[in-house]
Amino acid sequence: MAAADISRDLEPQRSYLLRVARLQLRDEALAEDVVQETLLAALSGTGFSGKSSLRTWLTGILKHKIVDAIRKKQREPTVASSFGDIDAEMDIEDFDALFNERGGWEPKPGEWGASPEEALNQREFLAVMDLCLEKLPPNTARVFMMREVMELETDEICKELTINANNLWVILYRARMALRLCLEQNWFARND
Amino acid sequence: MTETPDPAPAARRPTTLKRALGHIISCKDASRLVSKGEEGPLSPWQRLVLRLHLSVCAACSRFERQMAFLRTAMQRYRQ
Repeated sequence: MAAADISRDLEPQRSYLLRVARLQLRDEALAEDVVQETLLAALSGTGFSGKSSLRTWLTGILKHKIVDAIRKKQREPTVASSFGDIDAEMDIEDFDALFNERGGWEPKPGEWGASPEEALNQREFLAVMDLCLEKLPPNTARVFMMREVMELETDEICKELTINANNLWVILYRARMALRLCLEQNWFARND
Repeated sequence: MTETPDPAPAARRPTTLKRALGHIISCKDASRLVSKGEEGPLSPWQRLVLRLHLSVCAACSRFERQMAFLRTAMQRYRQ
């Protein structure tokens, strides 16, 4: 692909990259910076082979830029709290409340219909998904996005955020429980 | 034409033993194992007790399908 073609195709990807960066960094200015750097790197590099989609390739570059930004942030003593209060965050949403004292569902997961996958083709569903991701506590959203969108391995995430594997499992579990509940309440229950 | 009664529901109803085995772990534990299984392989014991639980618990089976859906949805989010 010629450089001119790439620059024309990059602009529509910008808003997606920004959304992903915002969810992970929760810092508007920093998110703008990493996306800017990603697009510059994309334009100057020759890495795009056309084998993967443009978005996948850009997400790959963004992944490194976000990890760098988090690393840099953690080195600044003034913002050491960026991941320091993870324990506090884990207390806020206590999903044990979704179970009774015997460990049974309370309430039970609802019926999502025979083919929930059809929702994926609807623009409104993706908007609800965004809303649900934004409603996650900041650190929970960051970890979930690193895992599910950036596709980082769990040991990489633990290393970058200096948390242990057990913390990571709990955070991801809570993210999934919160997203499941949010999608059920805001999409599937509404469309019954 | 006479319809033969469907014997399936009775045959599928879990036996007492199966139900007991299914409740070695609670739904809360089962939901945690389902999530943990997304990060890497579970131990053979975890896999066994989870399978036994899912075979008798409709709510957790539903939860497992919803987690699979969530994974697909996040893949779509990336595209």
